[in-house]
Amino acid sequence: MTEKNVVTAIHDTLHERMAADERVVVLGEDVGARGGVFRVTQGFLEEFGEHRVIDAPLAEGAIVGLAVGMALHGLIPVAEIEFADFIHPAFDQMVSEVARMRYRTNGDFGLPMVVRAPWGGGVHGALYHSQSIEAFYGHVPGLKVVVPSTPYDAVGMLRSAIDDPDPVLFLEHKRTYRLISGEVPDEPYTVPIGPADVKREGTDLTAVAYGLMLHHCLEAAQRLDQEHGISVEVVDVRTISPLDRETVLASVRKTGKAIVVYEDNRTYGAGAEIVATIAEEAMFDLDGPLIRIGGPDVPAMGFASNLEHAFMPDADLVFERMLDLARF
Amino acid sequence: MLDSTAEERDVATRVTRRPTHEDLGLSADDLRSMYRTMVTARLVDEASFRLNRQGKAAFVVPVSGHEGCQVGTAWALERGRDVWLPYYRDVAVVLVAGMTPYDIFLGLFAKADDPSSGGRQMPSHWGSRRLGIISHSSPIASQMPHASGIAYAMKFRGEDSVVGCWFGEGATSEGIWHEALNFAGIHEVPAIFVCENNHYAISVGQAKQMAVENVADRAAGYGMPGIVVDGNDVLACYAAMKEAVDRARAGDGPTLIEAKTYRFFPHTSDDDDRTYRSREEVEEAKHNDPIHKFEHYLRDAGVMGKDEVEPIAAEIKADVDRQIDDAWNAPDPDPASLLRHLYAEDDST
Repeated sequence: MTEKNVVTAIHDTLHERMAADERVVVLGEDVGARGGVFRVTQGFLEEFGEHRVIDAPLAEGAIVGLAVGMALHGLIPVAEIEFADFIHPAFDQMVSEVARMRYRTNGDFGLPMVVRAPWGGGVHGALYHSQSIEAFYGHVPGLKVVVPSTPYDAVGMLRSAIDDPDPVLFLEHKRTYRLISGEVPDEPYTVPIGPADVKREGTDLTAVAYGLMLHHCLEAAQRLDQEHGISVEVVDVRTISPLDRETVLASVRKTGKAIVVYEDNRTYGAGAEIVATIAEEAMFDLDGPLIRIGGPDVPAMGFASNLEHAFMPDADLVFERMLDLARF
Repeated sequence: MLDSTAEERDVATRVTRRPTHEDLGLSADDLRSMYRTMVTARLVDEASFRLNRQGKAAFVVPVSGHEGCQVGTAWALERGRDVWLPYYRDVAVVLVAGMTPYDIFLGLFAKADDPSSGGRQMPSHWGSRRLGIISHSSPIASQMPHASGIAYAMKFRGEDSVVGCWFGEGATSEGIWHEALNFAGIHEVPAIFVCENNHYAISVGQAKQMAVENVADRAAGYGMPGIVVDGNDVLACYAAMKEAVDRARAGDGPTLIEAKTYRFFPHTSDDDDRTYRSREEVEEAKHNDPIHKFEHYLRDAGVMGKDEVEPIAAEIKADVDRQIDDAWNAPDPDPASLLRHLYAEDDST
């Protein structure tokens, strides 16, 4: 076991895969000489060379589209979008090309590729360095969208993503990069894409979350246990699409109460799909109202600390809402 | 070009002269095959429109007028070695790449065995892993970065294969077109970008699409040669493409070729081109029909007699008609297959 933070876990895993397989290449803005703005590819250029560590022109549509071409001709590209907010120019490539290459060719072509993107708030990123993008792509069949939130899951899921014969959008919450550390086994393992994970077992209510909000839920659950003896089960979604409905529903059926927490704009966010799933499938197992906590429906958080704080749900808010629900 | 001067080589944009087939290393048999491919494309087109009017084909994307630039450029690539990224008008490109009229009509009728998509995509959205034809979508220019990425991978892997990528002049207005050529130029990848400039993007004329006279002028912005060629002259197109392919194979990077041509039919079977161009203009353009021009050349070169034109067309038409019947009688897709192939299945990766 080695203690690592999330960004080191991702760096080490990408390094491991590049060292093991010459077909793996990285491309993106500042991934070479700079080693990535978050240092995920630090040292890669020197070790693997500029033909495998490609400082791409500043054009996100091309970064994704070039990765498609590379994947079609024997390489395994791991494209980095510098900030998830900047992926929008690549929306057409992601939706029209990446997601449907296999489907539109009746299985003839496949795209073994990964698109990595740091997302989420809490770093003074304001409107264009804080966005949540998972709902846009979770809505697109053919894409696998993952949101690992711990070092252990980041390592295991990145291995799975690079090994996957289909494209994976690998979302890394940038606030967790250096905030969250944990034990990572030294021996090889993978975490499959798809299954959610019960990060904390409990009996009184279920909290469903991912990204930074997962950690707020875990903190709130801990305090509820200590201060009120309330037992909260926390389900880490881990994969936005395809969504593991069964794990969520099994937990809700057990506890009878559910709260879904996400920092994206509340309306049409990924949490809306999770809440809808619970409402559709587990209505009569519920002993209280379905609670949904999301960001407000304004473009994104402000740069000012208090504006950012006012946008993002935090552990105190989650704690209060969990307490209300537990007492319902 | 073969006898261009050093000075001509220095300028980014050049107009090619008309070479002979001997100059180009093409045999009389090659010429006859090229001619037959052009005629096949034309007859596929005519049959497709006939089937459209009979209610048997919901949607047709015509090629007529483009046969010269398509066969001429595609002929310089090698099956089994090179990679083809056609766009929807490229009936003749995919014929050169190895598709048969039967394959094309399977697509037109949306049959289960349609090699491009099994009846999922609209007709003329080509693709076949076996033939090295890369699947494409409908959004214009979306295949451009794929071409640059594949060519990068070829260079990375030390192959001496090349990528051919075809598109219309309208595609050159898309940002992703620029992004793809920019990358290709930076990394000197073995890609040849072929613009089939028919002067209309559906209804929008070239003057409203760009402020330059030649698409090829844009090549300078990407550090690659830009070549203007008569798209109705199949041998001139072959000559330009052959030189570009040789350069790419030698590691000398990409080329942008602009073949000036004309589309004789509306954009698709759902378009009415009378709303944006005169009948006189269309009739005038037909004087430069690439098939007729090639027939003249073949006669002058003593490769094919005038009396052979009709028998060849009749023979090809009979063959095409037989393949239409076969395709029409092929099975439809199974509706239960709708949900398949979203992700890799156990038996395919």
